[in-house]
Amino acid sequence: MGSEDGSYRSSKNSKKPKYSRFTQQELPACKPILTPGLVIGILISLAIIFIPIGLLSFSASQNVVEVVDRYDEECVPATSSKLGFIQDAQTNKTCIRTLIVPKKMKHPIFVYYQLDNFYQNHRRYVKSRSDHQLWSPKNEYMTKLCEPEAVDSNNEPIVPCGLVAWSLFNDTYTFSRNDNSLTVNKKNIAWTSDRTKKFGANVYPKNFQSHGLIGGAKLNETIPLSEQEDLIVWMRTAALPSFRKLYGKIETDLEANDKITVVIENNYNTYAFDGRKKLVMSTVTWIGGKNDFLGRMYLTVGGASLFFALAFSLLYILKPRPLGDPTYLSWNRKPTL
Amino acid sequence: MDSNSQNEINESSQVHDFVHKSLSNRSISSSKNSGGHSLREVNFAELASKPVRHGSRGADSEGFSSSYKEMNDDDARIIHINDPVKSNEKFEFAGNSIRTGKYSILTFLPRNLFEQFHRVAYIYFLVIAILNQLPQLAVFGRGASIMPLAFVLVITAIKDLYEDYRRHRSDKIENNRLAWVLINDEFQHIRWKYIRVGEIIKVSANETLPCDMVLLSTSDSTGVAYVQTTNLDGESNLKTRYAKQETQVSHPESKMISGLIKCDKPNRNIYGFQANMVVDGKRISLGPSNIILRGCELKNTDWALGVAVYAGRETKAMLNNSGAPSKRSRLETLMNREIFFLSVFLVLLCVVVSVCHGLWLRRHKGDLDLMPFYRKSDYSGGKVEDYNYYGMGREILFVFLMSVIVFQIMIPISLYISMELVRVGQAFFMIRDDQMYDETTNSRFQCRALNINEDLGQIKYVFSDKTGTLTENKMEFQCASIGGVDYSNGKECVEDGHIGYPVQGGEQVLRPKMKVKVDQELLDLSKRKNLEEGRNVRDFFIALAACNTIVPLTVETQDPAVRLIDYQGESPDEQALVYAAAAYGFTLIERTSGHIVIDIQGERQRFDVLGLHEFDSDRKRMSVILGCPDKTIKLFVKGADTSMFHVIDKSINSNTIKATESHLQSYSSIGLRTLVVASKELSPILFEQWQSSYESASTALMGRAALLRKVATNIERHLSILGASAIEDKLQQGVPQAVKSLRKAGIKVWVLTGDKQETAVSIGYSSKLLTSKMTQIVINNNSKESCRKSLQDALLMCKKLGTDSLAAEINQLALIIDGTSLVYILDTDLEEQLFEFASRCNVVLCCRVAPLQKAGIVALIKNRTDDMTLAIGDGANDVSMIQMADVGIGISGQEGRQAVMASDFAMGQFRFLVPLLLVHGHWNYQRMSYMILYNFYRNAVFVLVLFWYVLFTSFTLTTAITDWSSVLYSIVYTGFPTVIVGILDKNLSRDSLLKYPQLYGAGQRQENYNKRLFWLTMLDTIWQSVAAFFVPLLSYWGSSVDGSSLGDLWTIAVVIMVNMHLAMDIIRWSWITHAAIWGSVISTFVSVMIIDLVPLLPGYWSFFNIAKTELFWMCVLGVVIGALLPRFVIKVVVQYCRPNDIQIAREMEKYGNSRRDSQLEMNQIFDPPSR
Repeated sequence: MGSEDGSYRSSKNSKKPKYSRFTQQELPACKPILTPGLVIGILISLAIIFIPIGLLSFSASQNVVEVVDRYDEECVPATSSKLGFIQDAQTNKTCIRTLIVPKKMKHPIFVYYQLDNFYQNHRRYVKSRSDHQLWSPKNEYMTKLCEPEAVDSNNEPIVPCGLVAWSLFNDTYTFSRNDNSLTVNKKNIAWTSDRTKKFGANVYPKNFQSHGLIGGAKLNETIPLSEQEDLIVWMRTAALPSFRKLYGKIETDLEANDKITVVIENNYNTYAFDGRKKLVMSTVTWIGGKNDFLGRMYLTVGGASLFFALAFSLLYILKPRPLGDPTYLSWNRKPTL
Repeated sequence: MDSNSQNEINESSQVHDFVHKSLSNRSISSSKNSGGHSLREVNFAELASKPVRHGSRGADSEGFSSSYKEMNDDDARIIHINDPVKSNEKFEFAGNSIRTGKYSILTFLPRNLFEQFHRVAYIYFLVIAILNQLPQLAVFGRGASIMPLAFVLVITAIKDLYEDYRRHRSDKIENNRLAWVLINDEFQHIRWKYIRVGEIIKVSANETLPCDMVLLSTSDSTGVAYVQTTNLDGESNLKTRYAKQETQVSHPESKMISGLIKCDKPNRNIYGFQANMVVDGKRISLGPSNIILRGCELKNTDWALGVAVYAGRETKAMLNNSGAPSKRSRLETLMNREIFFLSVFLVLLCVVVSVCHGLWLRRHKGDLDLMPFYRKSDYSGGKVEDYNYYGMGREILFVFLMSVIVFQIMIPISLYISMELVRVGQAFFMIRDDQMYDETTNSRFQCRALNINEDLGQIKYVFSDKTGTLTENKMEFQCASIGGVDYSNGKECVEDGHIGYPVQGGEQVLRPKMKVKVDQELLDLSKRKNLEEGRNVRDFFIALAACNTIVPLTVETQDPAVRLIDYQGESPDEQALVYAAAAYGFTLIERTSGHIVIDIQGERQRFDVLGLHEFDSDRKRMSVILGCPDKTIKLFVKGADTSMFHVIDKSINSNTIKATESHLQSYSSIGLRTLVVASKELSPILFEQWQSSYESASTALMGRAALLRKVATNIERHLSILGASAIEDKLQQGVPQAVKSLRKAGIKVWVLTGDKQETAVSIGYSSKLLTSKMTQIVINNNSKESCRKSLQDALLMCKKLGTDSLAAEINQLALIIDGTSLVYILDTDLEEQLFEFASRCNVVLCCRVAPLQKAGIVALIKNRTDDMTLAIGDGANDVSMIQMADVGIGISGQEGRQAVMASDFAMGQFRFLVPLLLVHGHWNYQRMSYMILYNFYRNAVFVLVLFWYVLFTSFTLTTAITDWSSVLYSIVYTGFPTVIVGILDKNLSRDSLLKYPQLYGAGQRQENYNKRLFWLTMLDTIWQSVAAFFVPLLSYWGSSVDGSSLGDLWTIAVVIMVNMHLAMDIIRWSWITHAAIWGSVISTFVSVMIIDLVPLLPGYWSFFNIAKTELFWMCVLGVVIGALLPRFVIKVVVQYCRPNDIQIAREMEKYGNSRRDSQLEMNQIFDPPSR
């Protein structure tokens, strides 16, 4: 019996799976194994990459010359209430600060204002804007998301609407070096993409800061939004509660010990919520502004890699284990225990 | 829901079938599973002028329904034969058109959605999406919040739609097939879908039946029809069905009778049917043998007439067309535990955020009005109102709900989808594996349950049936003991033109299909008719050829001069015996209901069948009364030895009986199945006595089965022994090797069989389950007390032998226990002791167990341990065990398809268990467990990055990462590689896994997924999220960076980090893996760019601006390396200092080429791939 088995072999309707390397899960593949050599190689090369980059960026950060001046405390009279002072439209808020340049600063020197403890990333705040309205005059009435700064008392839409635009920073700085005035270039401080695409060239401010609570700067209603660069910069809401925004650029070099006098119009109210205002002048390198963190981190990672590489080398020397030795298999190990 | 209804059926009506079937298949006897033929015409030479009707057969099926007297009208359907209008007017019977498709165009959407929302995960998703629609809680944009759910729903819907389309298409083909239906006394060709219950249908040979019908008449004058039920239950042999004599007509076009049929409501039991038919005022009972079912094919019968009783979806074939049973995998259960931890963690994060927010609000209570970034008051109207401020309590609640929305992917919904996809992929590969394709039955591996693939990698116990699972259930005649002489020197007949006895049939030569080894001595002896021994031998073979229910069929061959005789029957034992008889020249060439023709060594002889006593489980034998050509009447009986020795007259030939008994002993000790054959000549008086009692018994309306049994018992007495036959139940190919590897893999193999103890033990030896080194402990007891004592002794012995593993290696124990003892042990207080002892044994053999006991033994282990159990079997008697075990495997072999229908996986051979468990199970488990852990990590790391940012936004749930990126994160940015790795990654090659079965232990020890790994992964997740968040944060601290740019940096950094984490753990890099990993990184960049190209989003052009700077790329590099360095170092240290087996085996794969010799040794143990 049994001689007739396999009668399906020749028949056409055989269900035998067709052989392919894919269906049999035998596709050619690379099977890397972390051999001691490979591991040490990886760690050493990590160290080789990370330590120099770390040193480079650390030194780049060290080369940045930065002058920071906190002026919110000094620019209010100590006697009266800060809040009353700043809210009063009639008082003279001019304030003069003198800064000494510690080291030579090469142009362009970026002038920033820095706000601390200002949550430009607060949910209520970031949502309160209408990108549609900024883009085209046709969308003037799309102010739904802008509450509570959507429409004025006549129910006319505010352009630009929303809390973000409403709270536009309005301190101004006038610079002079050694009593000669120093021009601050306020052109091209915003992103080109924002100026050309995002903010409409034919959208003009309307009903802005016209009633109720005044949040900050007013806008010239004859200049289209695409040219209101301070607004555009402000509308790029900051990621973190402590942030800098570009105010302008100084296009000349500053020498060490130059005396810079800044006339500040201290208008912006940060006193209501313990915010701090700082004026920053900084040069820029490839790594950005002054920040040692990245350099330190790279050095740490590189150093750790180097350390582990050495530790592994030691381990491999002191406690060698041949790869793929079947005596290490658990069932081969057992009897010897 | 399917599993419920299935269980119900199994527990009720089918239990009879199981019991019955198991007995008939397990006991060594010829049998007829569901013989229920009640009336037949018998022509006997001396009574030729007066046709006599003898009630016969049907004993079994009617035995079960002995309680059945009158069918309750409420529970029955009434069919008017040949009157479809009347049949259908009262009840709405289903028409014959079938719809396996679930949906129509209209119902698709609601129904599909309804079904999809049965998963809790989707409801969670939906609730969150709805929460997000509330204006106070709108965290994401409307579109972004619905997207993931919509995506998942649409994908699933498309899959369902495609499946449904295919079903609709096949339905259409099926519904439009044609059948001959009697309309207005004329047969017309109409489409299947128009057939109605009550109509009379004519089916010709080789046609498929369109619906379930009661046979009325067939081309055979006795009303026999043969059907093949391959489509229904996979059995390829012919089954006989009978038309009642009352409805039998000689010609299909002759006038049809009318009548009434009262039958069961439609049910799923394909082996059961009960009905009454009233024809011409006469009442006839109908049984399972009178019904032919949709999907069967009519064979060897020119035509058959039937009346449709069940049509369309009410047919038994359709009712059995159910989905696979649903089980949940161990890994998924464990995963749900971890998901609970994750949800606790999620709630914790949300509580932290909302509490902090509350504190912040309280601290700034006075400032809120004027804060430019809060502005509680709205001055735009006439009077000053609060803007979107609802008081502290509600603000905190809203922040809590919003944080749930923001952190929602902490619960990895996408994981469920990934798991489904991965399982489909794994099933694809299992089905396509050419090492699990069975050539003899032309069957591939089948995945019937899609959700327990990974359980295959953790099996600890295998419960196996014996017949048909370990063995082929293809019986082979091995030796015979005739007249006390043992003939067991059978040799393979060489092709010398003299094989068996080619029978001249007209111009053609007939030859039996199977060749059987022939003992030359016995062959010579059989030719000597004049010797006493010769006559004995001839009677023996006539008994073998005649005393059965085999139907010979002739099959054409390529050689026009030769035709093969194929013996069709339901019992493989009978087939083997008939082939054996043919080999010795006693070729059965014709069988009708009235006579049989046997070609005795070239001489055609006709025997009239005067009566036939079916096999039944009480008597354990069958008998046939033949009118021989020499005008004598002889009774031939064959049956199991135990029952036969009771009815054999011990006074005649006592020496022969003794010799035969000793031969039987030796046969069964080498694992052969034995049968005893006896005969007796009946005197005319005795015959007439029998005939009258037989007739009255078979026409009795009540208790017919018992009466018939009594008649049979009366005549089967004082027999003289002819001899005994021994049939080998051949082991399946590769079984010993498979058992050996399973045992090496730490899997305990238990055999549960209905067979005799001797047979079971001998199969145990031949399959290498038992070895001579083992200490066998046998428990055969008849009372509870003796069982208790045996178990206590066994346990005592166990303790003496020592408990440590070393001792267990040396003193291997085997427990052999029989069904009778189990009756006293299972479900009593002794169960615990049995468990305790059995779990220490290396092998457990249970013999003579009933189907429910099989399930009881599986439950014994399943309920007391955490170990995974697997049951494998092929017969209906294994169904309960298959459903009880964690994983049920059906062998699609000789016995019916019920085991397959109940199983989770089905395959052709026992030995496929080795690649299934050791290779696919191992891979599936490893892949799935890695995938689950990775998914937890992947989503948690993202949520934590969001969480850290929230701490810097005065706890107001702003996300720097855009809504769309959060939504696309788990789908587009990181989803694809997970699935690919889950389907394709292999930690070890097939060869290594087969070579070292011990590697399977990783799954049993739950090495790839456990609590420790989960918490380690979570620690790693926290570290990585800290690195990914704080490196960019500190690098850009105090700079003029805007939120969107930093968000893009975080998105890119996290996606690259997460993908590199995966890349670090991938073991095999094929081009698909490369494409998936790098492709998803690239697609992230592309998506981020696209999002930043929309001028109406606040983040317009941010990516392009920030990606111009060196700082951006340094941050990305710093994040990826800084985050992954600890993981890398720990991984390397663990792999080097405490390598697990898999690690060593991987290294061996790559570097172990020097150890060729051991590989060679292993190759011998491993069976070559089937050819």
